Amino acid sequence: MAMDLKEIEKYIKEAMPDAIIEIQDLAGDGNHYSATVISSQFAGKSKIEQHKMVYNSLKGRMGNELHALAIKTKEQ
Amino acid sequence: MDNQTKDLIQSHIDANEVCLFMKGTPDAPQCGFSMAVVNILKILEVNFKGVNVLENQSLREGIKSFSDWPTIPQLYIKNEFVGGCDIIKEMYENGELKKVLEDKKINFKK
Repeated sequence: MAMDLKEIEKYIKEAMPDAIIEIQDLAGDGNHYSATVISSQFAGKSKIEQHKMVYNSLKGRMGNELHALAIKTKEQ
Repeated sequence: MDNQTKDLIQSHIDANEVCLFMKGTPDAPQCGFSMAVVNILKILEVNFKGVNVLENQSLREGIKSFSDWPTIPQLYIKNEFVGGCDIIKEMYENGELKKVLEDKKINFKK
């Protein structure tokens, strides 16, 4: 029940190719991450929609293999 | 999600202007993310109902599809999903949360 940092980045990048992504392993346990995602695709979207886009890029892993991912989104 | 779970969720949201689906209770949160949102609501002295999803497995899974949101906690204000932990924290820090409370006419410490 853990996920590699690079793997998270890969999934987000697939969904949002222009995204600038910064991921931190908060506890060093491969289970608690924070991600800052900057993308032009967030333009005109609410925070809820922006976070959903990140969750969706992880294709159902959020809340399963991936226990905790704190998300910050910014428009480019 | 079965209808019974859906009705249960809806009844919590209808009965409580500020309703937080969380792990644990407001006085004993069982997860850091739930605790963070509870703390913000307490600082703002908002009267809210905490619904402990750990007491009910179908509620715990049901709320995720109900809101189309994969994580807990989830905050509803006057029937509207406002966000999870990250969004609430960000809204608290940039003042948006107070604005939402004001707009929705919820009492809080100004």
